[in-house]
Amino acid sequence: MAFTLLVIARSRNLFGVIVLSGLYSFLMATVMVAMDAVDVAMTEASVGAGISTVLFLGALYLCKSEEARPLHKPWLPLVMSLSVGAVLIYGTLGLPEFSDPKAPIHVHVAPRYLNEMKQEVDVPNAVTAVLASYRGYDTLGETTVVFTAGAGVIALLRRRRKSPVA
Amino acid sequence: MTPTGTALTLGGHFTYFITIFLMIGGLFILIARGNLIKKLVGLGIFQTSVYLLYIAPGKLVGGTAPILSDAFTVYSNPLPHVLILTAIVVGVATLALGLALVVRIREAYDSIEEDEILGLDAGPVRHEEAR
Amino acid sequence: MRNDLVLRVVAKLLIPFILLFGLYVQFHGDFGPGGGFQAGVILAAAVIFYGLIYGLADALKLVPEAVVESMMALGVLIYGGVGVAGLLLGGNYLDYFVLDSNSVLGQHRGIFWVEIGVATTVSGVMLKIYYMFADRGNVDE
Repeated sequence: MAFTLLVIARSRNLFGVIVLSGLYSFLMATVMVAMDAVDVAMTEASVGAGISTVLFLGALYLCKSEEARPLHKPWLPLVMSLSVGAVLIYGTLGLPEFSDPKAPIHVHVAPRYLNEMKQEVDVPNAVTAVLASYRGYDTLGETTVVFTAGAGVIALLRRRRKSPVA
Repeated sequence: MTPTGTALTLGGHFTYFITIFLMIGGLFILIARGNLIKKLVGLGIFQTSVYLLYIAPGKLVGGTAPILSDAFTVYSNPLPHVLILTAIVVGVATLALGLALVVRIREAYDSIEEDEILGLDAGPVRHEEAR
Repeated sequence: MRNDLVLRVVAKLLIPFILLFGLYVQFHGDFGPGGGFQAGVILAAAVIFYGLIYGLADALKLVPEAVVESMMALGVLIYGGVGVAGLLLGGNYLDYFVLDSNSVLGQHRGIFWVEIGVATTVSGVMLKIYYMFADRGNVDE
């Protein structure tokens, strides 16, 4: 994935960049399967590698351009990114280690959900149960966000008149 | 910290380092490149690395996917999965709106390079046709 | 792409399976990975695939714009409707326990309808966005 990232950063052919971003999403989906996040992997694969790539290609078709050669060397953004990265690394040193069963997230709410799910909801898929039942309000908000995005795209791209010939 | 203590800490935090590397890469593409579509690709990479940042701590080695069954006793934590599921869908909604904006910018300014757009903005802009 | 034989045949073979898989993911979201979002995206992807191969006009004949737009709003309404049903039957908003005499079955019912609402909205929005992008390129009409 790091290699894909470097090629995306360096390449100027936008079509290749978009295809590589789809590849990156697929790789991320396999990493998530390795992390036991099967629902998330399915969503990332279908949304990131499927819908995102289609939308990017549609926008590229409408925009029709290649990336121009950058005018100045990107030293300042590089330094900024690296410093943000250094601060983040310093911050994450305080976080729990990988796969530590005594980490706080495994101790408070999750055991209650996992243990009580059988008699309260009786749905084997924990993620669906939490998403639709225990945290149903969040899903309502998310559905509204998706609807708003659709409405926004309609508002932006609605054609009331002939577009000028480019 | 003793040398072995440092090594253990680094070994346990390995996933965080990978995630932060991907995050820096996405952030760099977002800031350093002028092409608007490439910026959106960088934003997507940044978002994906944030998903990994949340999901990696939820995994328990020896556990399994959080689908209850009588054959397993240890499950990975389902809560980050729920949050990230929402985040992925919101991310694609943001991406769709961003791409719609890029298409409109292209029609108004005839370019999707950030430098050219800022230069055009300083001068007269081609007006949009009457609605 | 309409004239490419390989693409047309493969599309005709694959699209029913994609639709079926989307429905499977939707209804088995309780027992395996899946649920409303994934199913909505997969169903939209099937129609987008059809639109890519056979052209936007055929896709619009299959799923007209009015249907897609109403699907977008209908999903959110279904979701809100489940919440209001909880209110009307005596519990809190989005309370699934009161939807049926047996509270576990009430949960099942609530989750079922909620996932259907989510899938409808997501597939409608994805399809509508694709239609908007594909339609914008037709400048010379």
